Parts: sequence; C-alpha cells; structure tokens
Amino acid sequence: MEKIQVNHLDFYYGSHLALSDISIPIREHQITALIGPSGCGKSTFLRCLNRMNDTIRGTRVTGEVLLDGQDIYNRNTGVFELRKRVGMVFQRPNPFPQSIFSNVAFGPRVLGLGNRNELAHIVEESLRGAVLWDEVKDKLHEDAFSLSLGQQQRLCIARAIAVKPEVILMDEPCSALDPIATQHIEELMRALKADYTIVIVTHNMQQAARVSDFTGFFWMGKLVEFDVTKSMFTRPSQKLTEDYITGRAG
Amino acid sequence: MSRYWVQRLGFALLGLTALAVVVPMLLVIGTIVVEGMGAISWEFITAMPSDGMKEGGIFPALVGTLLLTLGTALVAIPIGVGGTIYLAEYARDTWVSRCIRLAIINLAGIPSIVYGLFGLGMFVLFLKMGTSILAGALTLAIMTLPVIISTAEEALRAVPTEFRTVSASLGGTRWQGIRYIILPQALPGIITGVILGLLRAAGETAPILFTVAAFFLPRLPQSPFDQTMALPYHLYVISTQVPGMPLRIQYGTALVLLALVLSMNLAATVIRSYFRRRRQW
Repeated sequence: MEKIQVNHLDFYYGSHLALSDISIPIREHQITALIGPSGCGKSTFLRCLNRMNDTIRGTRVTGEVLLDGQDIYNRNTGVFELRKRVGMVFQRPNPFPQSIFSNVAFGPRVLGLGNRNELAHIVEESLRGAVLWDEVKDKLHEDAFSLSLGQQQRLCIARAIAVKPEVILMDEPCSALDPIATQHIEELMRALKADYTIVIVTHNMQQAARVSDFTGFFWMGKLVEFDVTKSMFTRPSQKLTEDYITGRAG
Repeated sequence: MSRYWVQRLGFALLGLTALAVVVPMLLVIGTIVVEGMGAISWEFITAMPSDGMKEGGIFPALVGTLLLTLGTALVAIPIGVGGTIYLAEYARDTWVSRCIRLAIINLAGIPSIVYGLFGLGMFVLFLKMGTSILAGALTLAIMTLPVIISTAEEALRAVPTEFRTVSASLGGTRWQGIRYIILPQALPGIITGVILGLLRAAGETAPILFTVAAFFLPRLPQSPFDQTMALPYHLYVISTQVPGMPLRIQYGTALVLLALVLSMNLAATVIRSYFRRRRQW
C-alpha cells in the first residue's frame, strides 16, 4: 500500500530544472532508499516530501505528491500539519542547544500536544523509540551536546518521532557518524519500520542494500530506476544503474 | 639585518602601538579617580546642590541620568529588538528592507548635536512636550536605536540557520522557532547591544542639551513632563559656565559619571563572556 505517491514531479530552482518527471511510490511501513551521486537531486526530492524547499526563494514544484491520496501541494493542505505528519532527520546531528528533555519535548510543545505530565511520558516513549533511553534516563536535563555524535543523532530521531509522525525522511543520517554509530542507526531504522514509513537518502550503496526494501536511483535530476532493493542490486534493469552500483559511474 | 631581528623589531613596534591604546585610558581613569576621589562622600551622592552648586551634592543630576536612561530603555528596547527580529528573521531583500537598512546606517552617522536639535524641533516644540524627560528620552532613544539594531542583528544572524530549519521540520511556525530557539541563543548578544546603546545614551550631552537638561534644579523631577538635571550636562555646566567652581567637585562629578558608565560596560562584558563560555555551536 502506498503511503506517498509522487506523480510527474518537476522541481525548479529559478529557471533551472533540478528534478524532472519523477514518479515514485513510497510504500507504507517500508524503507525506501534514494541513491545517486552528489547533486543528482535526491536530497532536493526528499525535501519536496515535507515541503522544506518552500523556505528557499525562487523554487517551484509541478506535479503531485499524494500523502494518503491527498496532494500536499494543494492549497488546502496546511504546511505545519504536513510537517507534523512527515518528520525529518538531517545529515549532521543538530540538537538544539538545550537539555536532552527540551530537545525531545520541543515538537510536542510547539504543536500543543500534551500537558506537563503527558510531556514527560512522550519524552520517555520517544527516547525509548530511538533506543537512547537507557543511556540518558539519568541525565535528561543535561545539555544535549554532552552526548556523543551517534547519541546526538539518535536524539534527533527521538525529537522527530516525538510529534508522532507517519513518515520519517532521513537525509544521509549517518554521513557524520562512525561505523558503530552507523550500525546503531541502521538497527534503529529496522525497528522503526513497524510504526513509520521511512525514506532515506544515502550515498552509501552498501547502506541502501543493507537497510532498505525499495531503492530509487537518481541521476542528473531524473529517476533512472526504481525497484525492490534486492532486485536492483542483483539484476539492475538499466545499464547506468549497474555502472553506478558497481562503481563504474558516478 | 637578519630576518629574525626584523621580526623581533616588528613585533616590538606592534606591541608598542597596542600599548598606546591602553595608556590614554589609564591616564583618563587614573586622573579622574585620583582627583575626584576626595569629593566622593555619601553627601555628594545623595544631597541637593547648594550655594551656586559649589556645595552640596549631585543627587538630582544622578537621578536625572538614571531616569533618562530608563526612559530611553523603555522606548528603544521594544522598537530596536522588535525591528531587528523583523529585519533579520522575516524581511525579504526588497527595496523596503534596503531603505530601512540605509536609514539605520545613516542614523548611526548623525552627529549627536543634530539629534539634540531634532529633538528640540520635533518633541519639545512640534509635539509640545516642552523641555521634559519624555522629550529627552525619545531623542536619546532614536540615537540609541542603530547601536541596538546592528548588534542585535549580528547576534541573531550568528545563530545557525539549521535550528530554524529543524524547528520548521517539526511543524513549528517561524515565530515559534524564533521564540523558543533563536531568541534564547541570541539573547546575550542582544543584551550586550542594548547595554552598549544605553551606555552611550547615559553619557551624551548634546542630545539632552535642548530637550530636557536643566541648568540648576535642586529637586527631583515630578513627572515625565518635568525637566531634570543630568550628569553629563551638569559636568559641562560646572566646568565651563560657573566661575570659581572647585576642581574637586568637577572631578567628583566626572568620577560618578564614569563609574556609572563603566559599571554598565562591565555588566555587558560579564554577560557576554558568561554566555559565550556556555555556547557550543
């Protein structure tokens, strides 16, 4: 079942066509990986899914992005409500310069979810969800920067799931992390799949192969191939895909 | 000469130029403290001036300066900080925002006596406020705005864009991101700018010359529409306008003004360094 269905999406920076005619299904409770060389548009595409590109002036989108059948670029879709439903984790761990607790509580607070007691519950639940609770439960009010980078990234995941999104977008979430921390995040993604739909941008093809169910291969603003991850990495249908995943192109 | 000695000589000369900055400051402060210390007493701080200002104290001038600074703060902080938030966080680069920035740069360059004349024409005469604390505080506030706005804007821009993006990605409005993340981070910088601006206002003579300052008024002001004595103007008066004024009293007044301004400066420095140590991005 498709959580998000993108149809014929074009994206412009000014007059430059950065993405052309992208159509892609994002299946519910699955991990979809987007791979491709730097500058191929995969991150731009990801940011179309929660309208984060709206904040950049001179950008324009045509085509449709259906979230549960509703076009998120439709005038009637509230952008704040959309971002509550479609959360995001960024490339570099970027906790707010506040306590661990405040970081996780930020989303629920600004959305007006839950009173003070419920907030503590939401924070614990989210930190457990991000497999960070046991490491931080005794120092919830310490500065988020006291954590290691890997822990900070899991904190950012906890912060994202605290608003109970339906989809989580991850933009190269492991690129700043060491292999052990990366492994933690990948395990976490597999666990989160049960409750969330995940889209991950990665330039690490092994990571895409290890963790995802579906993979889309972007090349110069176009979606070259989209398939079940296993098939794509064993029997790619396009020559370009094969060249890229075997390291001959890109 | 070997390049080693060139370097030694070069650094020595550079060190001397750096020292040259410190020397006048020490001389100014030193002279005023040494000469003025003798005048300082409880009575000097808390008594009304008497005997043609040659006796008694400077209480009304001190209170006047504090009230003027407070009035300036009440006007300049909301306008300055509010305007800065708009300029730094909301305004797009249009001709309107460029005009506003140009206005701020120009305001900063206007000589203080011109502010005084503007205050006289605008507030005292045209708006019929008379020579009053209100007129003086408004004049000082306008003069203070560019200082507050430029330092506060720098403080806001120093907060990484990332925090705004993350806040938006969690469904927060732009204002919520500013209110809960950006402002708390920028606050020390903003406070520093506010104090530096107010400090300048507290020490200025020209803008209050025609708008509020009284030559001799040995009582405390009764309302915002009252005149008042003020320290910088009082210092000017007793230094140039009253023959036979004891030097001791002049230096004593200068010392009080200096202490007031330097303590504000110190507060700004402490706040800034305290928060800078805690900042981790």
